[in-house]
Amino acid sequence: MVKNNCTIKLGGEAGQGVESSGMGFAKAIARAGLYIFGVQDYMSRIRGGHNWYQIRVHTRPLYAHETSVHLLLAFDERTVHDHSAELVKGGGVLYDDGLKVDQSSLSAMDLIPMPMPLLKIAEEVGGNKLMMNTAAVAAAAGICEFDLSYVEQVIRDNFGRRKGSEIADRNIRVANHAYEEARKRYAHLFEWKLEPIPGAPRRMVINGNQALGLGTLAAGCKMVSGYPMTPASTLLEFLAGQARKFGLVVRQTEDEISGILHCIGAAHAGVRAMSCTSGGGFSLMVESLSLAGSTETPVVIVLAQRPGPATGLPTRTGQEDLLFALHAGHGEFPRAVLAPGTIEQCFYHMARAFNIAEKYQMPVIVMTDNFLANSIRSVEKEAFDFAAIARSIDRGALILPHEEDKVTQATAEGYRRYELTENGISLRIPPGHPNAVYSVAGEEHTPEGFIDWEETAHNRNLMMNKRMKKLTLCAEEDMGVYEFYGPEDAETTLLCWGSSYGPVREAVDVLNSNGMRVNMLHFVDIHPLHWDAVGEVLDRCHTVVAVEGNFSAQFSRWLTMNTGRRPDAKITRFDGRPLNPDFIAAELHKALIRV
Amino acid sequence: MAAPVTLTMKDLQSPVEPTWCPGCGDFGILNAVKRAMIQLKLPPHQVIYFSGIGCGSKLPDYVRANGFNSLHGRPVPLAQGFRLAHHDMKVVVVDGDGDSYGIGGNHWLHIMRRNPDITHIVQDNMVYGLTKGQYAPTSMKGYVSTTSPEGTIEYPVNPIAIALAAGATFVARGFSGDPKHLADLIAKGMEHKGYALIDVFQPCVIFNRVNTYDWFRERVYKLEDEPGYDPHDLNKAWEKAHEWGERIPIGLFYVNEETPTLEEQIPALAQKPLYQQDIPPPVEMLEGLKEIFV
Ligand SMILES: Cc1ncc(C[n+]2csc(CCOP(=O)(O)OP(=O)(O)O)c2C)c(N)n1
Ligand code: SF4
Ligand SMILES: [Mg+2]
Repeated sequence: MVKNNCTIKLGGEAGQGVESSGMGFAKAIARAGLYIFGVQDYMSRIRGGHNWYQIRVHTRPLYAHETSVHLLLAFDERTVHDHSAELVKGGGVLYDDGLKVDQSSLSAMDLIPMPMPLLKIAEEVGGNKLMMNTAAVAAAAGICEFDLSYVEQVIRDNFGRRKGSEIADRNIRVANHAYEEARKRYAHLFEWKLEPIPGAPRRMVINGNQALGLGTLAAGCKMVSGYPMTPASTLLEFLAGQARKFGLVVRQTEDEISGILHCIGAAHAGVRAMSCTSGGGFSLMVESLSLAGSTETPVVIVLAQRPGPATGLPTRTGQEDLLFALHAGHGEFPRAVLAPGTIEQCFYHMARAFNIAEKYQMPVIVMTDNFLANSIRSVEKEAFDFAAIARSIDRGALILPHEEDKVTQATAEGYRRYELTENGISLRIPPGHPNAVYSVAGEEHTPEGFIDWEETAHNRNLMMNKRMKKLTLCAEEDMGVYEFYGPEDAETTLLCWGSSYGPVREAVDVLNSNGMRVNMLHFVDIHPLHWDAVGEVLDRCHTVVAVEGNFSAQFSRWLTMNTGRRPDAKITRFDGRPLNPDFIAAELHKALIRV
Repeated sequence: MAAPVTLTMKDLQSPVEPTWCPGCGDFGILNAVKRAMIQLKLPPHQVIYFSGIGCGSKLPDYVRANGFNSLHGRPVPLAQGFRLAHHDMKVVVVDGDGDSYGIGGNHWLHIMRRNPDITHIVQDNMVYGLTKGQYAPTSMKGYVSTTSPEGTIEYPVNPIAIALAAGATFVARGFSGDPKHLADLIAKGMEHKGYALIDVFQPCVIFNRVNTYDWFRERVYKLEDEPGYDPHDLNKAWEKAHEWGERIPIGLFYVNEETPTLEEQIPALAQKPLYQQDIPPPVEMLEGLKEIFV
């Protein structure tokens, strides 16, 4: 018997409730004190097609999914066909007995067919065939001998907590029936079990977009504007849902150009502002990004990547836009690029992005992707330290126009919006006070903010240097977040950035347990960096293998461009599927042969 | 920050000299904008002008007030973001026909259905001035320019009709050759609670040799001089919007004071302007969010 270490996969057509059932089951398992990692895969269609949801369970925190599956819940025949090969020997395939499934071929693969009268139970016990999903999840619980009360709790939460809520009660009757029936029939054949951890704390089940949302709220962002685009939409939606409570202005604009410009306008007035999008929308924002750079306006852009080019694979994942984000926009202007790798990092670095933006008065791009945005993990509540974020808020050289005394004092000798200073940062007083009346421009401008109609070389040099030198200070004072994981004296270092964190970290554990000496070097901070320091870090590594979710190993190129160091090999994945520990381990063996 | 009792042209004088061609219609618009501020006793720090890119879009630097010279076609969304963050500021967009009727046309359609309290002055010279004379969305059919050597084959945009159709709550047209009348329209637009479009006939004396001061003077007449014209009547306004030729109406085509503004409908703005609100939210309130996820 294997306790609390398995993967359960649900599959079916869009509209069959694969995701909601998966989420519900994951929540129930997390509430039992177990750690979960949930990843989904769906097609760009509302009905039909094929979607799946995969939940990995363990007693330790999980950072990625794995490829082997132990129990498959098939809502349709295609799921059995497509995913049986992923099951380990002795794995179970649970499905409604109305589906046409070739049991003998499953048995021939050493799998256990587990037909169940799910539809019948839903109809006869619950009086509604829609309750089939409840029956399926409860049956899975029965097969794993998982305490059904956790599933019941989630049902109550979803259908009404009040005792005597008709629908909840009927669902619970269905659940009990399916649970008992499945347990009787199959529990004794199935090796993997789920057992609650007594006294475990209640953990949050949360995905990357939600963590970004919490970071946005914690940072005091007040203006959110954007245009829906997968996988960024759920962030916009989450914040729209919190707008009334937290006094946010959330706008769905006519396009992404307007989305970022709303933010620049709001930030010009002294409000923290954020827009979120994916590659296509970011492409539309590019000209305005340059405007933010020129006018030194702090805005935060979340770039939730998906594979391109063009509409690419709209519901899949990839890390293809790194070099684009680094170089997007005509002309040269300062910006920062951050790429959190975990749920916790999404939270903290999102909040940090607003500080960097305001301190250096420049745009900050926070990069995630579909994998990080939508994968769920169970995380300790304490991991989200709102008080620490509140203490860390740094608005830089900002005085708001209604802060009468401060403005009066600061403007005693006049006010110039783009005053030339040693570190390039000028006092920012948003419009509204009689002592700070000024105009700004996307055209090259004077320290006063007026357009320099003569386009003089002298003024140009002063202003370019002023803006660009902010990066030097930023790299020194505020950037440089990277992390090693694994043995210090590793023979191989897996170099990665952003969402690859989880899969690479888990790969390191797998590889080391197989007798290799491998560690991970992960970067959250991409730009600006103190490159000499990064070069020294790389010099401490032996064989360096870049692991990235794109074709050309973009981060590795960025490093080479800035440090002259070149990783010894690369592992890339660009098929739209997330990196995972098994894939990385297998590819590493091939990569090392080539070194 | 009380408004000064009197405001003079001198108070609105910018240190920057206009670079417009002598005789350009944009001078009349600049003059009218200043007059409107004086008429409304609007001190410079309580107004912000957002402009695009073009000859007329240079205006913010030429009046002592807050300004933001942005990108070609983009001042409209920029102004909306600002307005939502600082809604006790007078927010004015001044841009070209290329800006809002061309490259930024989508933004223009959408600001009209949202009705934020923003005044929008479009410098309609029916040509692209700054880029040296190509045809504009408002150029009349057959207009000969460097990019239409045989005359345009497109029909011009009708800004007044589009604004009426899109739900604009204040739709007017002025003529820069009559800055007093124009100032009055701009002042009315600024006082209007909601989006106000003021399309302005603005002769480009260098590139547009068709729609000259004389051409306009021979044709324009004021709607307020039309006996019985009521700008609350949408059907009448629609009819007047299509009058073009021997006689061309200027003045207030349409006004509707009933439609709520965008700002009024946003709960976060009910108490005080966004920029004045304390951040971050109370930690206890944030902590409460965790319950969504357990
Ligand atoms: C994205 C972009 N495309 C093109 C241009 C070049 N451009 C600058 S102003 C302008 C047109 C100006 O015409 P209009 O808006 O009518 O203003 P006017 O000069 O007539 O006042 C163009 C095409 C630009 N600045 N940005
Ligand atoms: S080119 Fe035309 S619009 Fe531009 S400044 Fe000269 S006259 Fe005015
Ligand atoms: Mg023009």
